[in-house]
Parts: sequence; structure tokens; C-alpha cells
Amino acid sequence: MNRMPTSALSAPLYPMRRLSLLAVFGLASAVLAWRVLDLQVLDPDFLRKQADVRHIRTLNLPANRGTIFDRNGEPLAISTQVRSVSANPRVLSPDHPQLPRLASLLDMPLSEVRDLLASKKDKGFIYLARQVSPERAARIDALDLPGIDFENEYRRFFPASEIFGHVIGFTNIEDRGQEGVERAFDASLRGVAGERSVVRDGNRRVIAISREISQPYPGHDLTLSLDRRLQYLAYQGLAEAVRQNRAKAGSLVLMDVRNGEVLAMVNQPAYNPNNRGMRTGDRFRNRAITDTFEPGSTIKPFTIGVALESGRYTPHTPINTGDGWMQVGNKRIRDIGRYGLIDVAAVIRKSSNVGATKIALSLPREDLWGMFHRVGFNQATGAEFPGEALGRLEDVRDWVQIEHATLAYGYGLSVTPLQLTRAYAAIGAGGVLYPASLLKHDSAPAGERVIDKRIADQLLEMMEGVVGEGGTAPEARVPGYRIAGKTGTVHKAQRGGYAENRYLSVFAGIAPVSEPRLAMVVLVDEPKGEEHYGGKVAAPVFSKVMEGALRLLNVAPDDLASLRRDPRPEDFL
Amino acid sequence: MNLNPLALGRQRSAERRRGLFERLHLDLPLLMGLLTIAALGLVVLYSASGQDDGTIVRQTIRLGIAFGVMVVVAQIPPHLLRLWTPWIYGAGVILLVMVLIVGDIGKGAQRWLDLGVFRFQPSEVMKLAVPLMVALTLADGTLPPRLMGVIKSLVLLGVPALFIFMQPDLGTALLVASAGLFVLFLAGLSWKLIAAAIALVSAAAPIFWTFLMRDYQRDRVRTFLNPENDPLGSGYHIIQSKIAIGSGGLYGKGWLNGTQSHLEFLPERSTDFIFAVLAEEFGLMGILVMLAVYGFVILRGMHIASRAQDTFGRLVAGSLTLTFFVYLFVNTGMVTGILPVVGVPLPLVSYGGTSLVTLIAAFGILMSIHTHRKLLPQ
Repeated sequence: MNRMPTSALSAPLYPMRRLSLLAVFGLASAVLAWRVLDLQVLDPDFLRKQADVRHIRTLNLPANRGTIFDRNGEPLAISTQVRSVSANPRVLSPDHPQLPRLASLLDMPLSEVRDLLASKKDKGFIYLARQVSPERAARIDALDLPGIDFENEYRRFFPASEIFGHVIGFTNIEDRGQEGVERAFDASLRGVAGERSVVRDGNRRVIAISREISQPYPGHDLTLSLDRRLQYLAYQGLAEAVRQNRAKAGSLVLMDVRNGEVLAMVNQPAYNPNNRGMRTGDRFRNRAITDTFEPGSTIKPFTIGVALESGRYTPHTPINTGDGWMQVGNKRIRDIGRYGLIDVAAVIRKSSNVGATKIALSLPREDLWGMFHRVGFNQATGAEFPGEALGRLEDVRDWVQIEHATLAYGYGLSVTPLQLTRAYAAIGAGGVLYPASLLKHDSAPAGERVIDKRIADQLLEMMEGVVGEGGTAPEARVPGYRIAGKTGTVHKAQRGGYAENRYLSVFAGIAPVSEPRLAMVVLVDEPKGEEHYGGKVAAPVFSKVMEGALRLLNVAPDDLASLRRDPRPEDFL
Repeated sequence: MNLNPLALGRQRSAERRRGLFERLHLDLPLLMGLLTIAALGLVVLYSASGQDDGTIVRQTIRLGIAFGVMVVVAQIPPHLLRLWTPWIYGAGVILLVMVLIVGDIGKGAQRWLDLGVFRFQPSEVMKLAVPLMVALTLADGTLPPRLMGVIKSLVLLGVPALFIFMQPDLGTALLVASAGLFVLFLAGLSWKLIAAAIALVSAAAPIFWTFLMRDYQRDRVRTFLNPENDPLGSGYHIIQSKIAIGSGGLYGKGWLNGTQSHLEFLPERSTDFIFAVLAEEFGLMGILVMLAVYGFVILRGMHIASRAQDTFGRLVAGSLTLTFFVYLFVNTGMVTGILPVVGVPLPLVSYGGTSLVTLIAAFGILMSIHTHRKLLPQ
């Protein structure tokens, strides 16, 4: 390259430099043009969609969940509209001066709100609080903080709280049924959420509603067969008995014998479904449906039923129970007392294990199994409750002699309280078994005859003796009404056999005898008080609850004479 | 008055009838180009700012001041500029040192100097002072420059660039350094030296990366290489920007209808990323029109440089024009994802103060060079 002299007037021009500069311009422009062409024209669909994806969102419009009513139209589970409060941490600074007021409106410590915003500061969305009342949401909105947003949602309230906790169950924060009726009938209660597409900005604020894709479709209401008044009575009666006897748990089921509708169903321990903190596994089990127990002596009416059906026994057929014990294989079966020669009715009245065993062993085992199977043991009750247990009833072909014997007085099989109630209701209904139902029927369901009407009536008459003179449960009596029932005091099974001092106290009964309307099973698990006999622990609960139920349902008394003949001391107080 | 820009450009002699603009020492084609860019810029800015009148008013005032400064600078004849250059350069370096010692901190970097009345960035002054100073140094010697001249030039451009880099402001440091390098290039630095320098820089890059760059600067480069790595963090800008440009298509979504920009997905939409707003709302057509006007301004600048009567004028005019081009290319390249994100505004369009004044004042120098011609026949 020639070195040129520089002067003020003639500056050197380098053609190569000019060319190379023009080449750089050209190249740079070409690169830029190609890039923009590539982004905008050659493959813009992807990026265009990306832009839409960024600002057009689909919002869910929550559907109002159906209300659950009791049989008289009292609301038991109601959804009310509440709001969720969310924040955009990219926009809302943890140091915003209004933050303390926000925290106090949210019932959160200020430090927690700050930490949340600081730790999620790269995120565009966090929930600050859910299920906030509309009034409170309005006050938060009035703070006019940047990046705060609200969404509508529904919250479930349970006005009857723990009284109905087990039956109704509860919903989760997304308003989906998790337990009980809420879960069993979730599909019907839930309804269909609507959808709406909206334009949102980079801070997730909704700018405009572009169109409604679908309207929310509210869920269906549900009317239960249960009666809030009876449920309340049952709850009180059972809770008191469990407390007084320092029992571990308890269940009570009240059923209309005419159609299988459950009128009351309570358990102890209970929980309040409005309080999410109380929802621990042990508390929210609806034991009346999900737990099984060995029915013990409460099974005896069905054993006797088989005997009557065979035609070889009548209520007056004599049975020799001897000294109150008998040997079957290597097992000794005992009675509580020495009853000697008694008739079949007295086997029920006195609850003789020896009598029941003798009768059962004289009958084909298939007939015994057939009866248990017919009255619904080891089968679904029809209540459609989540987690329903079926109980256990071995195949008859597997029975050995000792099982044949113990099944006669209720050991070696297990049932749920609801199954037992349903079976007793069948006796009350003159031998017709109805499917159990937690929902109120519009019309009477089809029942199935499982016991001959004459035999059912005879069983009822014999069971009336249980609450009479010389019976095991005079405590189950209800003044003014004829009561039939059967006690059970069951040794609880434990590893390697049966516990000596852990019992289930059971009473199952039907009222009124002249025109049966209600069947009830009361079960108290592990009473630790002075008493553990079904007649002492469960029968008084039966009496109390049944008395209230009969009155509330306006059932005509069928034993006015007994009121006059046998007044109770408290009648005079 | 002859308003034909080409005819005006052909005026070689002051003996011809001098037009109004000539007498004001303004170059009409350049002025028209700059005003067109500024006007289009205001239209885009109105949309990008969310139709905020206040922003437009403030930007218009800034543009007015900048063009005012340009007119004043244009009146300064090149020989006076030569005289003042060492003083401006010296003052600039001192101010840069002061910034490092007592400067205000804005957005995590120490760039501002508060003079009580107003705040400004001394680094902006260096964008003009460095090419002036290097040009002055080289113009006094022989061309192409000898080794000593090259070394002197490198020190003169390297010291302020280093100070600016320490603020830290990588973008401006590179712009200032490249303005000085352009002078060297235009002065005829030998291709061998250029090749050697490129080799040296490539070799030094790993050292630069490891020891000199800050974490956030390294992150920017990493993000540039693969923005989808961290789409919500450092890659967010460039992804949203690409989406904005791509969704604009051939004709754009229409003025004020850009969703990415109006719905606040696109960050820095009024400042560094305003090109994406233009692309989204006016599409490929809008970009081509805008780039055509920029191209006209750059070519006019190069024309002025090639017509300059002395080496100093030619080097300064060429360097300033090339710097303007670098501004444009770095900004558009960054917004379209060709280059890493460095904080370089779109010249004359991005909302913001100091750089606007510097950029337009630079054209005042070009106009001065072009219009203060010695009365000599061809």
C-alpha cells in the first residue's frame, strides 16, 4: 500500500476499505433481513400461536354444587360463593407499604406473606388465600395492590356439622366430594363447570372477556332419607352412652322397615366437616357402613328362623340346655346361667348359646347359610356408600362342625351395623328385605321376601320377650310401645382367639311390634364402665332414641295398657 | 431553494448559490432522514408506551433538545473542533473517573453523574470524544498510521473503554472502543494488523470470559446461545421479543393492536425492545420502511465522509456513521435474537435521554464537516 502524504485538502481514499465497508453493510442488512423474514414470513404460525397462547386463556367458571337436604328439606350441605386471592410476585413487591394491611386481611403473618412473595418472585401466579368471604375479598380489592387477582369459587358449608359428618362426608378445596354422600353422589352433585376465554396481560390480569365457551351447569340437589331431628336424637343418645361407658367407639343405625330408608346413622367418635383440621382418618370413618363386627347373639333370631322354617321346631318346642354348657369338638360352649329345660322362645329371651347350638346342629348347615345369605349378610346393602364393607361369611362347603355351631350364636361371621339393621328390618317388614337407602325414595322400592310372613311374626313375638320379664334387656323398653329386640355381648376377636375383657355391646330391635315401623341397631365398642352386657350398655340407648323417634314420627302407641300398668318413676317427676 | 437531496449533495462549491440550509450549516438530506426516523419513532413509542401522552411529550422535548444541540454543533467549524478535542476528551476521562468514585447507581450499575441540575452519563460524551481524539492523533501523522500512531490510538480508546466497562456497562464500552477502532480502520490500518488483532481477540476471549466479565454478562451470552434454557428468567426477554416479531407477519397486527407489547408480555418495550413493537404492529413492511430510512441516513453519512476535505473530517465522519450503524445493527440483532442482549437502544426511536442527544449531536459534527468547506474549486 502506498503511503500517501496527508494534507488538509487531499485525504487518502482507500477503495478496498470502502468496498469492505459496503460489504459489511450489505452482509449485516442481509442477515437482519433474513432473520426478520424467517421470523415473520417463513414460519410465523408457531410464533403467532405462541402470542395467542400467551394472552388468550380459558377460565373455568365453577358450577354451583347441589345442595344436600334431609328428608324434610332441611339443608345439610350448602355451597356459597367465596373468592380465592392470588398474587403475581413479579409485580407485587415484598416491600410494598400496603403489605401489612393485606396480611392482616388475609389472617396471615406479615413475614409469611413476604417470604412467599420473595421466594416465588420469578413466578407469575401464587395463591395467597382460598375460600375468602366476598366481603373480605372486597376489602382486599380496595387496597388496590398491583398484581392481586381474584377468582370465584365455592365453599361447602355443613350446617348440621358433626351430627351429619359421617353420612355427608366432605369436599376438598376443589369442591370435589372426598368422603360420604358427597363422594358417592359427586357426579350428580358437582354439575359442569363452564368455560370462558379471556384476554390476559403479562401480569395475568384479565383485560377483556373474549367469549363464553359454555355456561356453568349447576349440580343436582340431593334429598337424603335421613331425618335431621332423628339424627340429632341418635347422635346425642350414642355420644352420651359412649362417654358414660368410656367406650372406644359406637354406631347407631335407624331404618324404616317399610322401605329400607335409613332415617338416622351416627357414629362415635365424630368430627365436624366444617373444620378441616378434624378430618383425621380415625374420626371420619362411617363405622356403621365401613366397619364389620361379629354379631354374636343378635344373630340368634335368624338361627331360630331356620329352625321354624324346617317345620321341626315351634316357639314352644322344648330344648334341654342342661347345665349351661356343651362340648363341640374341643370347644366348650357356655351359657351365662343354667337354664335347664327351656322352650325355643326362651332360647332367644335368655340368649342361650347352648340352646341355639343344639338347634343349629340339628339342622342342615346349608339352611343356616342360606338364611344368613338371604337376609343380606356378606352382600352390599344398596346404600352405595364409598368404602362399604361386605363382612365375612365363609362358603358353607368349608364349614367344619365347630363353625356350624358358633355361627348359630354369631361368631365366625362378620357384618356391618347397617347390614344387621337391614336384616332386622326384614323381620319387622314381615320377612321382606329392602335395599338400604340413604336417599329418600319417591316410590316404595321393590322388596324381596326372604322369610315367611308367619315365621317373621313368630320371631317378632319371641323377640318381644327379650325386653319382658326374664329377658336380657328390659332396659330397651319404650313406654307405650311394644318392642322386640335382641341383645348381643360379643367378645372381641384378637390375635390367637377372643379377648376375655374386651366386648362389643349390641342391641338390635324393632318397634312397634303390632305394626312395625322402625328397626334400630346400637353398637358400643369396648365399654370400660361397670357394665358391658348389650342389655345394660346398648339397650338404654335404643330405648331413649326409639322413644324419641316414635314420638317425632307420630307412630301410634300400641301398648297404652303398659303405661298404666307399669309406670316409670320418672313419669311422676 | 433546491430541495432535491441529490442535487444538494452535488454542491461542491460554496460559490454556488447557497441555500438556506447551507447557510445554517445543515445537510438537508441527513436532516430529513433523521426527522423521518424520529417521527416514525414517536408513532411506535406512542403505542409501546400504552398510549401515554406524557411519554410522547417528554420524548418530543428530548428530541427537540437533541436537534437543537445538533444545530449548535453544526455551527462549530471543524478547525475549532480540532482545537477543542483534547479538552473534551480530557474532561470526559476525568468525569469517568469521578463516576467510578462518586457516581449514582441506577439499575445496579454506576453510570450516572449528578450535577445538581441534571444527571448525565459521561460515557455518552466519550462516544464522541474518543473518535474525535483518535482521528486528531492520526490525522496529524502520515497515513496509513505507523505503529506508534496505532499504539497511541489504542491507548486513547482503550482507557475510557476500560473505565466504562468497569461501571459496568459492556454495551457502551464496546461502542466507544469500536468508534475509536473505526477511525483506525478508516485511517488505513494494515490488513495484517487487523488480522493479527482479530486473532489476538479470539485468543483473549476465554480470558475475558473467565476473569473480566461479570456473572450477569456471562448469563446474557449463555441466554443468547440458548434462550429456552431459562424461559421465565434470563431468556424471557428474547423469547417474548421473538414471539412479538414473529406474530407480526407480513403486514403486522396494526398500530396499537400488538398483543405482546400491549399486554405487557414484552419487557423494555419502550426502550431497548421497541423494535419488536414496530415488528409486531407493522410487520415486515414496517421494518423494511424503517430500515430503508436508516440505510439512507447511513449512506448519506458515508457520502459526507468520503467528500470530507481533510483527513480529520473524513475519519470523524466515517467513524460516527459507522458507530450509528453499529447501534442499529446491535439493537436490531439483539431484539431479533441474532446477537446477545446488550443494553443498546434503537437509535432515535428508543425512549431515553442522554444517548439520544449524543447520537443526534454526532450528526451535527457530520453536518459541520460537510458544510464548512474551504472555498476551493474542484
